[in-house]
Amino acid sequence: MSHQKSFQYADLLSVLERVVDIMSAPDQYSYPSVFIYGHRATGKSHVVLSIMKDLELPHASVDCVECVSSGLLFHQVLSAFFGPDAAALLPRCPSLSDFVRLYKQMSSNSPATQTRYIILDRAERMRDMDFSLLPALLRLQELVNDNVTVILLSEIVWEKFRPNTGCFEPLLFHFPDYSKGKSLVQILSWDHHPSYTPELYASYINILLGVFFSVCRDLRELRHLAVLNFSKFCEPLEKGEAKESDIHKLWKNIEPHLQRAMQTVYLREVSSVQWEQQQMDEKEATTLRVLSAHAHIELPYYSKFLLIAAYLASFNPARTDRRFFLKSHGKIRKTNFLKKHEKTSNHLLGPKPFPLDRLMAIFYSVVDSRVAPTASVFSQISSLVTLQLLSQVGHDDQLDSPKYKCSVSLDFILAISRCVCVCVRLLDLLALSLVIQSQVVRQERSLFTAVSNLHLL
Amino acid sequence: MGNCSNEHRGTSFSASAASLSNPLICSSINTFFFLDKYIFSQVIQDQLNKKVLDSLAEFIKKHGLGCSSDNWRQRAREIPTAALMLGVNVPDHAMTFRSLCNLLQDSVTPFVVSVHAKECAGTFERDPVLVINLTLVCQATLTIRIIGLLQKCTQVFPQRTESLTNSDLPQSLPVVVIFKDFEAFNSQVLQDFILICSRYTQELPFIFIFGIATSPSAIQHRLPHSVSSLLCIEVFHSLSCTQHLASVFDKLILNSQFPFKLSSRVIQVLVGIFLYHDFSVQNFVKGLQFSMLEHFKSQPLSMLCCQKQEALLSAKTLSKKNVERIRHLPSFMRYVETQEPQEQVQLLTNDEHVKEVCQQLLKNLHKYHKNYYPILQCLHSLTSSLPKFPLGKHIRELHVSCIEKNLWETEEYDSALQLLRILAKDELVAALRKCAEILKSTKILQNVLQQLEDFIGRLEALEGKSETTLLEKESRRTKRMNPYEVLRSQVIEFIDSLVREYLTPAELQPLNEVCYYSSSGVLRQRLNVTPRTSIQAALSHPFYYFLKTDAGTISSAAPDLCIVYKLHLECGRLINLYDWLEAFVTVMSAAEDQDTNSEDARFIQAVSEMEFLGFIKSTKQKTDHVARLTWGGC
Repeated sequence: MSHQKSFQYADLLSVLERVVDIMSAPDQYSYPSVFIYGHRATGKSHVVLSIMKDLELPHASVDCVECVSSGLLFHQVLSAFFGPDAAALLPRCPSLSDFVRLYKQMSSNSPATQTRYIILDRAERMRDMDFSLLPALLRLQELVNDNVTVILLSEIVWEKFRPNTGCFEPLLFHFPDYSKGKSLVQILSWDHHPSYTPELYASYINILLGVFFSVCRDLRELRHLAVLNFSKFCEPLEKGEAKESDIHKLWKNIEPHLQRAMQTVYLREVSSVQWEQQQMDEKEATTLRVLSAHAHIELPYYSKFLLIAAYLASFNPARTDRRFFLKSHGKIRKTNFLKKHEKTSNHLLGPKPFPLDRLMAIFYSVVDSRVAPTASVFSQISSLVTLQLLSQVGHDDQLDSPKYKCSVSLDFILAISRCVCVCVRLLDLLALSLVIQSQVVRQERSLFTAVSNLHLL
Repeated sequence: MGNCSNEHRGTSFSASAASLSNPLICSSINTFFFLDKYIFSQVIQDQLNKKVLDSLAEFIKKHGLGCSSDNWRQRAREIPTAALMLGVNVPDHAMTFRSLCNLLQDSVTPFVVSVHAKECAGTFERDPVLVINLTLVCQATLTIRIIGLLQKCTQVFPQRTESLTNSDLPQSLPVVVIFKDFEAFNSQVLQDFILICSRYTQELPFIFIFGIATSPSAIQHRLPHSVSSLLCIEVFHSLSCTQHLASVFDKLILNSQFPFKLSSRVIQVLVGIFLYHDFSVQNFVKGLQFSMLEHFKSQPLSMLCCQKQEALLSAKTLSKKNVERIRHLPSFMRYVETQEPQEQVQLLTNDEHVKEVCQQLLKNLHKYHKNYYPILQCLHSLTSSLPKFPLGKHIRELHVSCIEKNLWETEEYDSALQLLRILAKDELVAALRKCAEILKSTKILQNVLQQLEDFIGRLEALEGKSETTLLEKESRRTKRMNPYEVLRSQVIEFIDSLVREYLTPAELQPLNEVCYYSSSGVLRQRLNVTPRTSIQAALSHPFYYFLKTDAGTISSAAPDLCIVYKLHLECGRLINLYDWLEAFVTVMSAAEDQDTNSEDARFIQAVSEMEFLGFIKSTKQKTDHVARLTWGGC
């Protein structure tokens, strides 16, 4: 990022000039393939497509996400250049050679008067398609013997594309990120509100960038934020409390709102309508009601215990089960109780798979009352899997002794056990297993806070 | 709810009465079907989710029809998305989605597709005008194709957008895609689908509805920012399942119009399944239907379990057998014991007299129910605002404890009354007003209502009199109560008297067996099944199923599988096949003159059946051994 920061708007212009340069002599053969890369929302597709439109060049634009098979790609290209009738000539499952043959046939009927362009958006998807497709497309000009150029657009650098068998090297262009100083302000100021002056909007954009630029450079996201917060910015103007020139006052008014919006950058959890409603309601409610604020999930009673049991099974070594869940466990020598590889905290290693039997054994010892092994208890496990709270390891068709992993966080489990636990014993269990782990890794602060949370209960 | 369409029932009754020979059975069957239909209608016509569904439809109308005005969103290619929070009670979702689909198709747009994660490879053809063909191919990188087909011309993939813009199809109608179970979708498929849709959202206004069972953050877990930024999400919360249950409870159980009743144990079983296992209202209703089925099947006197007029009619025409059955009812026997000796003789000998008494008792039973529910609601409204909810937070808990035992003998009731005795005046007046409202809406117990309003009037008249603090202090010192306190204790006594009069346990009512279904054990066995326990029971006590007496030991008369099973219980983790066979042969040879040649084959078949049932599996540790998969044993 650091070297890209120095890019100025002028750099983008120079890139544009070079791109246009290539397209400037349409009657001559152009370079066979061009690869354009740059971060999201730097205007790659927009620039290329608007050049195509403005210069009225013949082109076929294909989004590779749509192309389930290469056949769909061929179909779209042929129908864009030669009409749907030509595309209909493709066989049912067209191969690359079918495409080349048909293209040759068609182009001999209507040879290119100017360069034809095939624009492949999200070209990184091509890597998952047939391995010969990309090298072939890169030198399509030679294959079909026609004036055609393939333009690949991607967010990934060329090095990640290059097949290990080698291929024709395309012409590389990099679209630089927008710099804060000029380009972002200019671009964002384009969509100013019709009822206010462009100057006011520009100053608003400056304020917005001052807050958000350090965390977010995505043009699309910034635009979203700009639209979200503009009505709040204009509030004093509409009330008549401030004039347009009163920038400082406006800044003071909007600044806390922007700070709050900062917490939800990238989350997109609220639509603009709901955002406005929240802004109105905020006098009553002090905290923002947002999606990610861990909405409490209501679970049936035994499901909660199953989830707790699954968590314990995932994060405790199986050897310690006897110690934690049996009342009369044998004496365990303290010195080499934990083996060396177990001395790293399990929370750093992530959940471990456990068999169904172990889950049920822990479940029965955790629940206070006697639970019959009813069908509905087992069906709750599978419904937890569909809710993505547990995940099944291995194949779905494994009938005997399936293995699971617990995929919820410690906070979630603590929240659940807080509302289930009338019994102190379970809390002890959780605490015990955590303490043992945290004794080993003292520097892990989150565990300590978790344990202290438990003691607070 | 009162208009149970008696005429309709009458006609259906007579129509099927002709076809069935036994009028009694036929009457219960009719009642059963009628009640079943009633349950169904009550649950389906549920207006609970109406609010959230209406707001969803409003959302779709707003975005579908007015999207051209919102210039900015068009440019950013955002797809309006409603995240519908449904709760984890997955079985109930189907109903919500069905009504949502119908609502949208009726009022907003005909182009509604709902997709289930499991049917990802399926094709959906809903509408003749536009067939939206969603082929969700669940493979790593494969994606989704949307093919819009017009009525006349079938145009395939690349032309679909042109064909839509050129056609006379109303452009503004949105295409609604409902993802029924958002969590279960393959996230790669979903991402690609959203990317493609956002490309065409200008030509084809898409609107998504995500049915989310857990929490809205599931969206962020499943979709990366590059995709979720294409969505304009709005969150809708549907009613929680406990509220849903409460309304079903109000309609079907706490309703005097509904003649079929559940005993306290049965309610506890059904509510237990709901709270402990699935949170599913659908399953609760199914449990209710099942217990109704059981009741009408097992209790011949259930023909008296219907509306009052019909019950009286059938009581008049009781057969001799049924009169005898009535005499054997425990509640009726208790009733007889309380009568005069002469009356007792009459009741035990004279059939006609029994029929008349039976009519009177049925009338009483109906009256009891009519009075019971309003008073129960009053008591609940009084006690539900007390701290720590001594009588339960929900009315169902109060109901259960009322029909189970004498409520006024419980400690919880005492503590509730204690708390009521220290209520401030405005609280007490507000609570009493609520009770008065409840009684007013039911239009019975007018005298109780009168008394209540009288109390309210007197309480309000106290205003201003008891303000002198000095006097109050004086009275406290002398332990004399001020007028408010006197009145308050009168009110509490009045409430207590109401409870004692009207909230008597249902079991004490004569003839309660007619309406009340009480075999909770059967219900638990049927609804909360334990497959493993029943397999083990069948294997260890096969004679229970063969209706013979069990000898207790291993006998050769049992099926081979059972013998093998019992023998394997005596082994450890690893079972030596040869020893096992020897034991099997010993058992078999204990029986006289058996065909000994086939024993090997029978043993091997039994062992493979054991393996199939999951009790053993072959092991690589020792070739001639098998491993036990169940716990216990030696």
